[in-house]
Amino acid sequence: MSISGNRHAARKPSKIALKREAVVAVRAATTLHGVDPLLILNFMVQYRRGRFDASFAALSDATRRGVLEQLGGAEASITDLADRFHMTLTGMKKHVGVLERAGLVTTEKVGRVRTCKLGARRLEEEAAWIERYQQLWAARFDELDKVVEQLKRKEKVDGPKRRR
Amino acid sequence: MDRSAEGERGLTKNRTTVERASERELVVRRTFDAPARVVFEAWTRPELLMRWWAPKSTGMSLLWCEADVRAGGSYRLEFGHSGSKTMAFFGRYLDVTPHSRLVWTNDESDDGAVSTLTLEEREGKTLLVLRELYPSKDALDAAIVGMEGGMPESFAQLDELLVAAGASMGPS
Repeated sequence: MSISGNRHAARKPSKIALKREAVVAVRAATTLHGVDPLLILNFMVQYRRGRFDASFAALSDATRRGVLEQLGGAEASITDLADRFHMTLTGMKKHVGVLERAGLVTTEKVGRVRTCKLGARRLEEEAAWIERYQQLWAARFDELDKVVEQLKRKEKVDGPKRRR
Repeated sequence: MDRSAEGERGLTKNRTTVERASERELVVRRTFDAPARVVFEAWTRPELLMRWWAPKSTGMSLLWCEADVRAGGSYRLEFGHSGSKTMAFFGRYLDVTPHSRLVWTNDESDDGAVSTLTLEEREGKTLLVLRELYPSKDALDAAIVGMEGGMPESFAQLDELLVAAGASMGPS
């Protein structure tokens, strides 16, 4: 199950570049880096489980990871991809369908050609993500307001001497 | 009388804004109707932090929190979800300037942000600015995409996947 194996040696970026791209693609789609894991628990658990499973399944296949690498370099039609991976059109359509359902790839049909590209939903997702991130902080700060109000009242009662 | 100045009803909430200030930075802003020292206290006393960090609406509960709030000191927050899973978030404080500035690392992930909280008091109110600076654009992008795709309990699986992906592409 080699990603950079001879099945698609047609174009040959360096192995290191390939490896990096694939790892970035896999990580980007499946792992968490920073921000607030609470967000993940909150939103992911509730709404994104299906999406995750889809992404995971999509990435579990070497050909599909290869397709993501290819699309990371440039858009390609399903025919291009089928050629590059020495596969039937029907076979490639299936793979692209899986990637599409996982939100990793989008396709657009112009005339008779269906073009695939990577992460076209990216900006929308970013906007949606930022909105949820904003909601989390707004919720936190509304609670913080309560703590702050209580501290203020306490200060009033205790007098300002209790400063730290 | 201005209702927002009262603030006690909790009805007139101040607005929280978030912007991606640069390729690798998120900035959160919010005003509090209180002096900076009060807001600072609520961020730096673990027992107070616990009361607001995990709002009920998230379905999460903060189980435990410890924070040695001084430069070089560390903190650790543990969350529970659905009664069974727990997650820990941890890091170190890089700078602690009472009532005005708090800087800490987020070490639970490889490419975690450095968070900088600043409190600016004006006429009894405090403008809070929280900056989360990622090591790179990729790290912030991944955090955003990771949101879509990451599940903590799946990390082990993901690790396996990464290892497999890495190994299958290694020098042959």
